[in-house]
Amino acid sequence: MELTQELVIEPQKKETVNVSGSVALLEALIAEGTETIFGYPGGAIMPIYDALYDYNDRLNHILVRHEQGGIHAGQGYARSSGKVGVVFATSGPGATNLITGLADAQIDSTPLVCITGQVFAHLLGTDAFQETDVINITTPVTKWNYQVTDANEIPEVIAKAFYIAKSGRPGPVLIDITKNAQIQKFDFEGYVKCNHIRSYRPKPIVRHTYIEQAAALINNAKKPFILFGQGVLLGSAEQEFKTFVEKSGIPAAWTILGAGAIPTDHPLNVGMLGMHGNYGPNVLTNECDVLIAIGMRFDDRVTGRLDKYARQAQVIHLDIDPAEIDKNVKSTVPVWGDCKETLPLLTKLVEAKQHTEWLALFNDYTRKEVEAVIHKELNPESGEMTMGEVINQLNEITKGEAIIVTDVGQHQMVACRYAKLNNTRSNITSGGLGTMGFALPAAIGAKFGAQDKTVVAIIGDGGVQMTIQELGTIMQSGVDVKIIILNNRFLGMVRQWQELFNERRYSFVDIQSPDFVAVAAAYRIAGKRIDEREQLIPALTEMLNNKGSFLLEVMVTKENNVFPMVPQGCSVSEIRLK
Amino acid sequence: MSEQLTDKQEYNITVYTENQIGLLNRIAIIFTRRKINIDSLNTSPSEIESIHRFNIVITESEDVVRKLCRQIEKQVEVLKVYYHTNADVIWQELALYKVSTDIIAEKVSVERLLRENGARAVVIRKDYTVFETTGHREETDQLIKILQPFGLIEFVRSARVAIIKDSEGFNSKLREFERLEPGEDVYENEYLNKGEKVFTM
Repeated sequence: MELTQELVIEPQKKETVNVSGSVALLEALIAEGTETIFGYPGGAIMPIYDALYDYNDRLNHILVRHEQGGIHAGQGYARSSGKVGVVFATSGPGATNLITGLADAQIDSTPLVCITGQVFAHLLGTDAFQETDVINITTPVTKWNYQVTDANEIPEVIAKAFYIAKSGRPGPVLIDITKNAQIQKFDFEGYVKCNHIRSYRPKPIVRHTYIEQAAALINNAKKPFILFGQGVLLGSAEQEFKTFVEKSGIPAAWTILGAGAIPTDHPLNVGMLGMHGNYGPNVLTNECDVLIAIGMRFDDRVTGRLDKYARQAQVIHLDIDPAEIDKNVKSTVPVWGDCKETLPLLTKLVEAKQHTEWLALFNDYTRKEVEAVIHKELNPESGEMTMGEVINQLNEITKGEAIIVTDVGQHQMVACRYAKLNNTRSNITSGGLGTMGFALPAAIGAKFGAQDKTVVAIIGDGGVQMTIQELGTIMQSGVDVKIIILNNRFLGMVRQWQELFNERRYSFVDIQSPDFVAVAAAYRIAGKRIDEREQLIPALTEMLNNKGSFLLEVMVTKENNVFPMVPQGCSVSEIRLK
Repeated sequence: MSEQLTDKQEYNITVYTENQIGLLNRIAIIFTRRKINIDSLNTSPSEIESIHRFNIVITESEDVVRKLCRQIEKQVEVLKVYYHTNADVIWQELALYKVSTDIIAEKVSVERLLRENGARAVVIRKDYTVFETTGHREETDQLIKILQPFGLIEFVRSARVAIIKDSEGFNSKLREFERLEPGEDVYENEYLNKGEKVFTM
């Protein structure tokens, strides 16, 4: 069936084509630029899958092994490409399996359009087979959701869904389509993209007075400090941000979702914020006089104890979401708006400066941290490998050009701390929700979103077992993903907390694993397991040179801790080096 | 945080929205996830076609109320949110009281009861009479106290409706919203309850 050309109708001509709701949906997705869909079929979404059969040449559907894998893949795709991720699932269990990914995408502002099948409209509310009230279940974890019961609604609703998902502060949208609406034929008048909704203001109005006040504060500051988050990437404002940082000469530190907005080795990039961030940025947060937060939301993992957080500083907060301003940290000057618009305005008004002495203070702290933590992590005295040295060797070989996708736990913190990132959108991780099982499917999606890049998933032995079935997706789709399992035979982060705060009462953190290489082999994926340092460089090289996916299991020190650490309930300046 | 911000008091939240299925739940969740009790909630069409108005009353500190309002305003179908203290609004609740006509006619001076409580009889039947009052909570409570000894059969009170004292601008703002882009027709689920006449499995 070749309908795409026929269906691109200029709306003013008022010509129509009689099509099913399912065909209208697929045409709408094509009109929105969708190339790849991650999904899993089932009874209530069968008409859409039936229509998809004829769209094989225009839409690339990746059959995942679990809907959670599908939505994490959609997230990985969206994060690496900057486009909207599209996910299909059936009703009932298919839809409920999306919840974790929706919650993850909601808190990490990832644009997604999820389409779920639903039972026939006349069966709604009858506890029909595979019926769940998906609209009410997903309301708290979506930016917007809508149930379609009539095919006539589909073009307009899909247009709204894409507009809402990607505009302003992005987020996940779920459209639930009843089976009758998928089957129903209607006169399709052509697809019109949405660019305005009466009640929806994706970008707040920029108030120039606040920009002027912010610039005045910055120009008078002796110890200004920038905190940047994912807002810089989401606004595609990397260049504007770099210009601002370089002109103002202000040291800048990142949240884990902001990593890569400027290269890790940039002289004004002073490191990572938060619980396992770098020493200097944490301590000096409580010494700066002006704190400039850009596209970040003062998460509790970044601020530590709020009543002892940057009390001495005047806070300038740039954010597109007015609800983030003053939510956790009270700002002196709120700068509402898209940082792609507000940053150049601010840059114009700030004086070109170099805060040499202040920057030197950060470097002093870095030296202390290298001495106390980093040197030992990267040059361990014992025969066992550390997570840090694996990441460091990976950096050396990939030269900071790879996309790093991490799961959740110790390895995530180590990877974020030690990875060298030269490019934007090259650090993909589950930040706000901290979802174990994220990395393997997200890496699959990331590779589809950035096919010219090397994608390396770094996963713990715990997390990989949460979505290990997605090795099947790799096998079937032939996607090229490099997987490093950092195996410490523990649920490492929980064990670290139990060691430090629960008198080493290791309650259910000792996890046994299968032979990962054999599991990979069963899925026809090449693999290797190493436990000696001299094997590391050859194995990484072999992995990166392998045509197609490769699973490398690295046995690392069993009881290693990630330091520095801001213990829960402590202020950022109470960060511990050991 | 100043003393004033942490002091809890009644706040009237006014929300102007599209008429959208599921929006009530979306707004309610903003309160329930923070374990904040809604004291009163009223929703009805506003003076502008297709725009609805919620009146929500909660007892909280101003700081919390402000954050809640920002979260509500963030919802796609919400046009605008305001919050006010009781001093900033004129508010009323409607109450209906059902009593036995025989007892009330025999034992109560109805005329005096109506006059003293600003009530009116809505329905008078052989078996029962329904009175109505409007006012603040303590005013509508007063009539309960009086009627209770005479066998109050049923009582119901509405949620609070509130008019903002200083709100001259919003009506014109709403009309401007409407003029620029009229509201969409509300989609109803036309297949619901039609059963097999429409589709079979």
